[in-house]
Amino acid sequence: MTKTLEVERLSVTYATREGGLQALREVSLEVPAGQIVGIVGESGCGKSTLIGALLHLLPENATRTGGSIRLADEEIATASPRRLRDLRGQDMSVVFQDPMTSLNPVISIGRQMRDIQYRDRIGHAEKNDRAAAMLARVGMPDPKGKLSAYPHELSGGMRQRVAIAMAAMMMPKLLIADEPTTALDATLEIQIIELLKEIQKEIGCAILFISHHLGVIAELCDRVVVMYAGEVVEEGAVEEVFLRPAHPYTQKLIECDPGRLKRKVASLPSIPGSLPDLTNPPAGCIFRARCPYATDICIERPPRVTLTPPHWAACHHAQEVHG
Amino acid sequence: MNTPILSLRDVTVEFPGVSGLRALFTPSGQRRVQAVAGVSLDVAAGETLAIVGESGSGKTTLARAINGLVPLAAGEVWFDGTPLHDRSDWREVRRRVAMMFQDPVGSLSPRKTVRDLLLEPFAIHGMPSNGREETALRLLQDAGLGADFLNRYPHELSGGQARRVGVARALALGPTLVLADEPTAGLDVSIQGEILNLLNGIKVSHGLTTVIITHNLNILRHIADRVAVMYLGRIVELGPVEDILTSPVHPYTQALMAANPEPDPTARRKRLALRGETPALNDRPSGCEFHSRCPMARPDCAVRAPELAPSRTGGIVSCHYPLPAISEVS
Repeated sequence: MTKTLEVERLSVTYATREGGLQALREVSLEVPAGQIVGIVGESGCGKSTLIGALLHLLPENATRTGGSIRLADEEIATASPRRLRDLRGQDMSVVFQDPMTSLNPVISIGRQMRDIQYRDRIGHAEKNDRAAAMLARVGMPDPKGKLSAYPHELSGGMRQRVAIAMAAMMMPKLLIADEPTTALDATLEIQIIELLKEIQKEIGCAILFISHHLGVIAELCDRVVVMYAGEVVEEGAVEEVFLRPAHPYTQKLIECDPGRLKRKVASLPSIPGSLPDLTNPPAGCIFRARCPYATDICIERPPRVTLTPPHWAACHHAQEVHG
Repeated sequence: MNTPILSLRDVTVEFPGVSGLRALFTPSGQRRVQAVAGVSLDVAAGETLAIVGESGSGKTTLARAINGLVPLAAGEVWFDGTPLHDRSDWREVRRRVAMMFQDPVGSLSPRKTVRDLLLEPFAIHGMPSNGREETALRLLQDAGLGADFLNRYPHELSGGQARRVGVARALALGPTLVLADEPTAGLDVSIQGEILNLLNGIKVSHGLTTVIITHNLNILRHIADRVAVMYLGRIVELGPVEDILTSPVHPYTQALMAANPEPDPTARRKRLALRGETPALNDRPSGCEFHSRCPMARPDCAVRAPELAPSRTGGIVSCHYPLPAISEVS
């Protein structure tokens, strides 16, 4: 199986007044060609930093302190700005959480969609036709007429459809979706998820889908990567990870989702404690302080325990948790 | 139901829909949009009613109208036997009707310490807080935080802690009714359970009646007794929480509940797909306002507007062709 994206031991640190904040620590994950891979984690787990690192869009106080990022076997962690300009939009594209901030508010939808075809030596009319066809593909009513519309004239759901049309237009190898449904209502969320599935089938790209919503990940993804406090703690096929988690954090996170409970319970589960200070992360297992399985051995860095490949978890007690 | 502590009768809230020059050329009837369009409901003492709906359905506006934060265009609000709709002084009402706002950090003044934030309600209402320090501490402990939080500023709190301070503030003056707007918004899954347990706990210990506004359908079963579903500023269905979740009567309720992806990858449920998006408030469809998106709409739905009528679950529903119970289908 070829890999569209392979991230290996990627580390990113932010310079802050309190010292270096280690937002990503030796993150490894892979996105096989043609698959939809979900990244799930709560606030502060490093999801956004990871995307910023993939696209080289990190703020100025961030430094990549190690690791590699390979897009279709090409090392891009050290790629030149010129090469990145070629890759972004063409080989990898992004759908951001809020389409109102990713679309230019003072330029018409049509012009924005023509502009992203700047590499193609075709005429204005042809670019327009392609843009309209793409809008029709994502379910936009009156696609030709919408080319002259401005982002503020569209509803949130329609704006997100435009963002997806623009991201898919260049047939990227990798489409990154950063919480694309968080700002949308439930009934629209489902429509967008269905649309992403269809787009994936049609252009055969791989999708890296970031979300904090376990239900959406379960619904959409083939594989899932679970992140906690800047580390990947578990990775595997969605069915494997959700039905038989092997990392205590994954297990607790799934238990905490009230959507799972079909009967009213007296007390809802939660994970006591809070995130560790990432300017001075504790030695050994990062989840140790909040983990019900923790023992003395957890003071040492946990190994990667492989279960049913590609399912693995970074935990000394993975077998016990897996059951 | 026992005597309701809160009664709404045809509550309507309007906002200006067009402004500036354009308003001059718009017929007067179309200048305003109805964010809440004739809502009637009763909340019994000690009950928890959840109001659900998508953005723009008017659920937050309804809560703000109850508390007098937006004026009523028409209708009546009765709280514990007193009319709130023709009242000029809200101070006494707000002592008994507390509001928990949506944004946990944003609703706390960034320049005040937690102690000042907790004592502020007493100052505003000119009430003695007999022993300031003890009062602040007691409120904080009721909300599950320790004394070391008294001197902190809002930016030094996590989302869950800020939410707890919001709960403590709401409880400060010993209210009867609490209006909680999106109590889990912005909270991670791993801590939202704590906050909901806290809310359930204080509800019992303080004997509160609560109205919870939420779009988080997963939490309904664990916090609410009854659920009102809103669409375009109207209630389309109201019923016991378990019926709303598992045996809804209105097609919109069913679609809304089914649009909630489950964290179980083996559950691939059959969805009632909705067409398109919610219409704009100034462009309400004719007849049943849901007909433009309803997969079960029949021709007369576009003509006749349904009235709210008793449903098979003991609640109310506005639909010409309400859904049968699942057992009746099979």
